[in-house]
Order: sequence, then C-alpha cells, then structure tokens
Amino acid sequence: MILNKSLDSFGNYCMFMWRSIGVPEKWKVFFRRYMDEMAKLGIDSIPLILIVSLFIGSLCTILIKLNINNPLLPRYTVGLTTREIILLEFSSSILCLILSGKIGSNIASEIGTMRVTEQIDAIDIMGINSANFLVMPKVLGLITIMPFLVTICMATSLFGGYLICVLTSIVDPKTYIFGIQTMFIEWYVWFALIKSLFFAFIISSISSYYGYTVQGGSIEVGKASTNAVVMSNIMILVVDVILTKLMLQ
Amino acid sequence: MIEVKGVEKSFDDVGGRRQVLFGINATFYDGKTNLIIGQSGSGKTVLVKNIVGLFRPDVGQILYDGRDITMMDRKQLKELRKEIGMLFQGSALFDSETVLGNVMFPLMMFSSMSQDEQRERAQFCIDRVNLTGSENKYPSELSGGMQKRAAIARAISLNPKYLFCDEPNSGLDPTTSIVIDELLSDITHEFGITTIINTHDMNSVMGIGENIVFINKGHVGWIGNKDEIYNQDNDDLNNFVYATDLFRDVRRYRLVHGYQKSKQQTADS
Ligand SMILES: Nc1ncnc2c1ncn2[C@@H]1O[C@H](COP(=O)(O)OP(=O)(O)OP(=O)(O)O)[C@@H](O)[C@H]1O
Ligand SMILES: [Mg+2]
Repeated sequence: MILNKSLDSFGNYCMFMWRSIGVPEKWKVFFRRYMDEMAKLGIDSIPLILIVSLFIGSLCTILIKLNINNPLLPRYTVGLTTREIILLEFSSSILCLILSGKIGSNIASEIGTMRVTEQIDAIDIMGINSANFLVMPKVLGLITIMPFLVTICMATSLFGGYLICVLTSIVDPKTYIFGIQTMFIEWYVWFALIKSLFFAFIISSISSYYGYTVQGGSIEVGKASTNAVVMSNIMILVVDVILTKLMLQ
Repeated sequence: MIEVKGVEKSFDDVGGRRQVLFGINATFYDGKTNLIIGQSGSGKTVLVKNIVGLFRPDVGQILYDGRDITMMDRKQLKELRKEIGMLFQGSALFDSETVLGNVMFPLMMFSSMSQDEQRERAQFCIDRVNLTGSENKYPSELSGGMQKRAAIARAISLNPKYLFCDEPNSGLDPTTSIVIDELLSDITHEFGITTIINTHDMNSVMGIGENIVFINKGHVGWIGNKDEIYNQDNDDLNNFVYATDLFRDVRRYRLVHGYQKSKQQTADS
C-alpha cells in the first residue's frame, strides 16, 4: 500500500518534472526570474549559512580535541579531522539539510499559495506552461548558486575552528592551520561541490512539486511545505549515500 | 461564438465516479454578455473550466468559432489561449507584482510591443477599469472590488476575443457589484467580446443577462434572456430566481397577477 503510493507519487513527480522542461516563453522574462531566484534562494541564505558554519566549525574543533587526547596522535590531527568532516559531509549534505528547511518550505509555500489562489490557473489560461514558468528558474537558480554557498560554508567553518583555537587556545592556532593543510585531497572539495548540485536539484524540484500539487486551502499549503522539507531531507540522505559510495570508492 | 455540444464530466469520488455535468448543450454569442447561472455546486465552475480547457470533458465538443478545443494539441491550445481572457473567482492577481506589473504581464509574455508601448497599453486598460492612480500598488493593498477591476484589466490587456468571468461579484457589496457588471457589459459591447459570466447573483442576471443558461444539478435547465426569465414556468428556475426575500414578494405578486396572465395568454393563443 505504502509502496504503491510512493511509486504513484514518484511517477507524478517525474511527469511534473518532464512537463517543466522546455524552452521558456520569453528569454528576457526567464532570465529576470532566474536572477531573482538566485538572489532570493541563494544570497538571502548567506547569513544563515555564516552563522551555522561558524558554530559548527568551532564545535567540531572542540569536540575532536576532546575525543583524541591521545599522546600517540599528532597534535595537528584536530585540524585535519575538522577539515575532513567539513569537506566530506558538513559543507554539502548537512548544509543542504539545513537549507532545505528554509528554501524548501519557502518554495513549497510560495507555489502552493499560487495554486490555491488560482494564480497558476491564471498562468495556464494565458497559454503559458506554468510548470516551466515557475519551476525552471527556481531549479536552475538554486543549482547555479549552491556551489558558491557550499564554498562559503567550507571557508566559514574552517575559520570557525580557527577562531575557537585563537579564543580558547585548546589547540595552538598554528598547529590547527598546519592540520587543515596536511594530507589535503583536492578531490574532496570537488566531491562536495558535485554533491551539492544534486542536492540543489532535489530541494528545488521536490518542493516545487509539493507546492504545485496542493489541493484545497491554506492548511494544505502548510502541510505541503512540511512534506516538501521531510521528503527533500530523506532524498538528500539517500542520494548522499549513493554518491559517496560511487565517488569515493 | 462558442458552442458547447453534449459535454459530460465526472470526477473520481470515494466509491466510484460522480458525474457533475450531464449532456450540456449551449451557445454563447459574440458581443453579448452570456450568463451561466445556477445554485452553488450545480457545476458552473466545472463547466467554465471545461470550456477554457483547464479540464477535459469526458465526452462532447466545445467549438470556438468552429475550432474544437477538446481535439487541440498543445500548440493549437496555446494559440487559442492568447485569445482568451479569464477573471477568476478570487481575482488571482500575482502577489509579487504591482497592478501595472500584473496588467503588463500578458503583454510582456506574448506581444511584440516595446516596453513603452506595453506600458501605454497597460495604462489604457487600467484607466478603462477606473483604477488610475493605483498602478504601483500591490494586490494586497487593494480592496476586493479594486482587485476584481485590476484582474479585468489584466484579462483584457491582450484584446481577447473570449472573456470568462467566474463569479465576478462574489464578496462585493451591491453597489460595487453593479459597477463591475456594467464594466463587463460595456467592455463586451465596446470590443465585441464573447463574454461568459458565471454567477448566482440575481442582480447581475436582471442587470446584464442577454443570454442566460441555467444549470440545474449538472443539466441545462433553461435558456433565455433577462426579460424572458420572468415569463417562464420552470419550477427549478423559479425557485432559484425567487429565492431572495426581495424577490419572494415579487413572486407572490406575480403568482396572483402576472404569472397566471402569461399562462392565460399562452392558453389563448
Ligand atoms: N476538481 C474536482 N474534483 C472533484 N470534484 C469536483 C472538482 N471540482 C468540482 N467538483 C465537484 O463538482 C460539483 C460542482 O462544483 P462547481 O465548483 O462547478 O460548483 P459551482 O456551481 O461553481 O458552485 P459555486 O456557485 O459555489 O461556485 C461540486 O459538487 C464539486 O464537489
Ligand atoms: Mg463556482
């Protein structure tokens, strides 16, 4: 029963995405909306990213220091491990989980409200492909801006770790800096950036789908935005496991 | 001219399908205000959504000057849609755009006009619906009646051949309703539009009903105009027409005087 329903939703989701692919009616309008979405979904999320990254970076450093108080391990291990955690998992997957709460609910409620107030019907009636018109700029906008957000997150997190070293001297800042440079594998950065593209697609498309298919009134819009966030989170985790297995082994 | 021929529509419901429209036949004329009336839940909105192609009928044809919308592919449908304007029950203005932005939207998407010409055309439409001065307001800053008028301006911006209005004066006070009705009626005659208005407001029916289609539980119950609507003996329609207190007295009076007289006349002739 549940399997049946999930397959059904998945089929509908695929059909929705298929419908949203297409050449925009007017490139000028598309481009304007694309820029707007990048600003709204991406740039506006930067303060949140800065705050979260700064704290998580410093927390990582503190907790790792706490757990590897072993004289056999070199002192730069703290920096190194912090870096690996940030690059491999936090800056892409965890960041996207956090962002999906903000961006996903924003997209789902915006499109859902347009659905229940017949604005989407109004677009359709004009002969515009509403799925394409509404969803494309969001999906492409978020995919474009996401790698930048991830990069900002990486830098801020590592800086957060550095800051805590300077402020509390749990680790010598110089050792920390040495740690985050040691045994650096460039591929990990690419890995995070590539993953983030997938996550950006997941967040924007799933949330759009939930918003677009709302039926009823404002209560349903609320439900749809919750469902959008939950489903995006699940899919991010699933895809995360798959990509990590494929790309790191 | 829009001809609806034998249209039926049903929806999935708990425990099977529920039919909403049963063999609807009706014709809507150019340059006339065509009204679809009927009780709440009788299927008016469903009928209009079938006509504009938001729903596809189970059986039947819908001919726009001979072109059958039910047989169109996506491209033809798109072409036809450029000739259609629609006013939704809840106005459906874009919240993120100003009045001017809303009215310019169809022009921006479909016309080859320059920015200035678009603005000029939009301004003409806004002036036409007496919203001059509210161009830069957002929909949330407008009253219900002003939103309706802004939506009318948007619907007529591309010079549509067909204009659909779903309950244009629901939620409006009687005076504003009359303003909207007259506006729709004037626009229809001025530009020769085929206007289809979906309503259960008897004031509109009496005011602007040039061609009235009465829908009763998914069937066409009666077709006529605002003068004929007094002189008919369709019980369902009479229940609908004389439902308000105001008209109940009229009905009582007519039962004693007019109604019988008209029956007498038909009996005589
Ligand atoms: N998308 C839909 N799916 C299933 N049933 C629907 C759908 N739309 C409408 N209906 C049903 O069709 C019937 C007619 O609805 P419709 O909205 O056409 O009524 P209406 O005449 O416009 O009423 P009102 O004057 O209140 O707007 C209702 O019983 C409604 O439940
Ligand atoms: Mg209705």
